[in-house]
Amino acid sequence: MKYLCLIYSNEQVLHTAPDSPADPECFAYAQSVQKSGRMLAAEPLESVSTATTVRMRNGKLSITDGPFAETKEQLAGFYLIEARDLNEALQVAGGIPAARVGSVEVRPVRQLNL
Amino acid sequence: MTPPIETIYRRESRRVLATLIRLLGDFDLAEEALHEAFLVAMQRWEHDGVPSNPRAWLVSTGRFKAIDRLRRQARFTPLLQAQADALAAADWDDEDVEDDRLRLIFTCCHPALAADAQVPLTLREICDLTTEEIARAFLVPPATIAQRIVRAKGKIREAKIPYQVPSLAELPERLDSVLRVIYLVFNEGYSASMGADLTRDDLTREAIRLGRLLLELLPEPEVMGLLALMLLHESRRPARTSAGGELVLLDEQDRALWDASLIAEGCALVEQALTTRRFGPYGLQAAIAAVHAEAPSAEHTDWPQIVGLYDVLLRTVPSPVIELNRAVALAMRDGPLAGLQQVEAILARGELLDYHLAHSARGEFCRQLGRLDEARLAYEKALSLTRQTPEKHFLARRLASLTPI
Repeated sequence: MKYLCLIYSNEQVLHTAPDSPADPECFAYAQSVQKSGRMLAAEPLESVSTATTVRMRNGKLSITDGPFAETKEQLAGFYLIEARDLNEALQVAGGIPAARVGSVEVRPVRQLNL
Repeated sequence: MTPPIETIYRRESRRVLATLIRLLGDFDLAEEALHEAFLVAMQRWEHDGVPSNPRAWLVSTGRFKAIDRLRRQARFTPLLQAQADALAAADWDDEDVEDDRLRLIFTCCHPALAADAQVPLTLREICDLTTEEIARAFLVPPATIAQRIVRAKGKIREAKIPYQVPSLAELPERLDSVLRVIYLVFNEGYSASMGADLTRDDLTREAIRLGRLLLELLPEPEVMGLLALMLLHESRRPARTSAGGELVLLDEQDRALWDASLIAEGCALVEQALTTRRFGPYGLQAAIAAVHAEAPSAEHTDWPQIVGLYDVLLRTVPSPVIELNRAVALAMRDGPLAGLQQVEAILARGELLDYHLAHSARGEFCRQLGRLDEARLAYEKALSLTRQTPEKHFLARRLASLTPI
């Protein structure tokens, strides 16, 4: 079963809190998940100040600066993993170093009804 | 139902359900299968007699019924055919059934489920209470309870919450969640948070039953501690309300009314839990309750030991409510001024400001110190904060007793 782990954090403190992980630690964890065979994809994201949101309305493309909603915590990165069940997914999510300063939302991936 | 089937239903239905959930991988499918298995049993057993292993018979019949049902539905949804074939091919044995009940408990109390769904789901699936009974006990509309249960089952299915006993590494945290659910059920029954009835014995009985079941399946010290705590509280129930339904405080209770057999069982469990040296908050609270239970009167209670136990408890789980309880014990040991200073320190930190028991304790200490105006204000504050009828009456009586003679 696939799970998407969304890493949310206040960008202002993500890299400056006393418990903030440095990039090598994040990379090492991603590698360990890769080795366990559960990794499908994982990437850190640039700041929301670089975000652009698009919407298609009445056949017209609207483009706006910024994330889809202003929130206290911002999406900072993600892991897409393959896990046996939610418990296993929660174990992987709990180990993500950024979970120490932010939150990781774990969502099962839905199968399209085709 | 013929009487033997009724007896078998009571004894086996939750076990059969727990195993069917594992075999079928779905709560709703398992409940339907259980229902159908008992329908068949009612027809067959009348003529053929009760099989030698009714549980195995029920599991096997339920499983076949579920496979049949999936195959019938597979005509419309081809995916179900594969599921039915997989089920039909899978082996099952009877040895795992005790584990199945434990799996069911851990799944219903999984921390990934909404907190307000864990209790109803546990009462529904493990205790076999109906949605209406649960709704009545929690003073919530049945539709709300039903919705919470449906959502929880949906999450179990969609997010794939596994049907398993947690690994040793996960156990302490996950067990906490199970113990919390059981204690919530107990407390809701023991001191109903609103309404006219001070206790609702159905819920306390179910909580104790759950505690016994869990202890049988998983004899961990904190499970002993929780069961002991519930038994010791329950032992005081006959003395806790007067004939007129009014609340009677611990120090004014007629201790002859306490249930000696529950006390004996609770105290034995406390001792057992404490000797493991792995006791936690439930074991410590039970130890405090045991000291009370063994005292002939409030004055002859070993208050220094109770204060000591509260000190250990506070180090384990710092909480202002435990601090408040410690303040009451301290007042018994060192006098009302010592208690009052503690309560005022808690309130000065801005904690427990909306907790009626903090204000009624403050009122009580002031009353004992002869500071009647302060006592009145504190009791009035407490009265404005409680929603429970017997507590309101109690506080009103206390207030009335403050009138200078």
